[in-house]
Amino acid sequence: MVTLNDYLIASGLLFGIGLAGVVLRRNIIVIFMCLEMMLSAANLSLVAFSRFRPTGGLPDYDGQMLVFFIITVATAEVAVGLAIIVALFRTKRTVHVEDITSLSG
Amino acid sequence: MPQPLFYLFVAVMLGFGAAVVLLRNPVSSALSLVVSFAGLAALYVSLNAYFAGVLQVLVYAGAVMVLFLFIIMLMDIREEQRRRINKVAVVGGAALVVGFVVQLGGVLAGYEAGRKPLDRVPLQLTEAAEARRAAGNVSPGITADLERGTLPDTKLVGEALFTRYHLQLQMVGVLLLVATVGVIVISRREDRVVSGRGE
Repeated sequence: MVTLNDYLIASGLLFGIGLAGVVLRRNIIVIFMCLEMMLSAANLSLVAFSRFRPTGGLPDYDGQMLVFFIITVATAEVAVGLAIIVALFRTKRTVHVEDITSLSG
Repeated sequence: MPQPLFYLFVAVMLGFGAAVVLLRNPVSSALSLVVSFAGLAALYVSLNAYFAGVLQVLVYAGAVMVLFLFIIMLMDIREEQRRRINKVAVVGGAALVVGFVVQLGGVLAGYEAGRKPLDRVPLQLTEAAEARRAAGNVSPGITADLERGTLPDTKLVGEALFTRYHLQLQMVGVLLLVATVGVIVISRREDRVVSGRGE
């Protein structure tokens, strides 16, 4: 049978893949997608803990509330982030993080 | 959920997740992420979190990824050219990820409570219904569903959202409004503002 640790390992591996994408890729849009992947990996842990620690015979809905709010905030974050990327692309004509060096000393 | 299905969906999630990082074309990355999120939604359903699973498909795999694809195609980004690879960054990044996974494995190896299989923590729907009746039977629809032996996941999420978390729900509403206004302000063209001021 599937255990809590199986879900947590799957979640950790997804987080690791997302982290690798953020560190290794240079396209800012792909980096942003990998950030979303990391947020979803955290959500999987929360849902798993919510199901494996029932309160009063039902899943612990406090954990799923946090998932709900994370998804909402992440959606707002995507909207603002993509608007910033579009504005950046308009002035710099690039989406490569190595070409965006205005802030490097 | 039967064990083979769990491994199938984990493989879909992680395989297409790795494809997001490995494929060079951003459109392929975005489409792989859609499939990866679908696998993740299946895992939510296996954990009886039906509402979170539907939300994952509708909001992430639907709305958010369409927005990503729209921006990628709008900017007409071609495949990433092969550039000189910064070896220090690649080695450092890979070491960071491997370190994280090894650390996680070490923590989980000593986590006794995580060894419980899913059928050892069954949902006790009739007991929950009795407890709700004893507490005054606030929402009779949920109690009736529980007595019928089904888990009214969406109703329970809604109940928690509009009773215990109503303040946070309103805060998130304000956040979405601020984000909407912010997106409009950021994506407005600067030259139009300047010409408007000059008149």
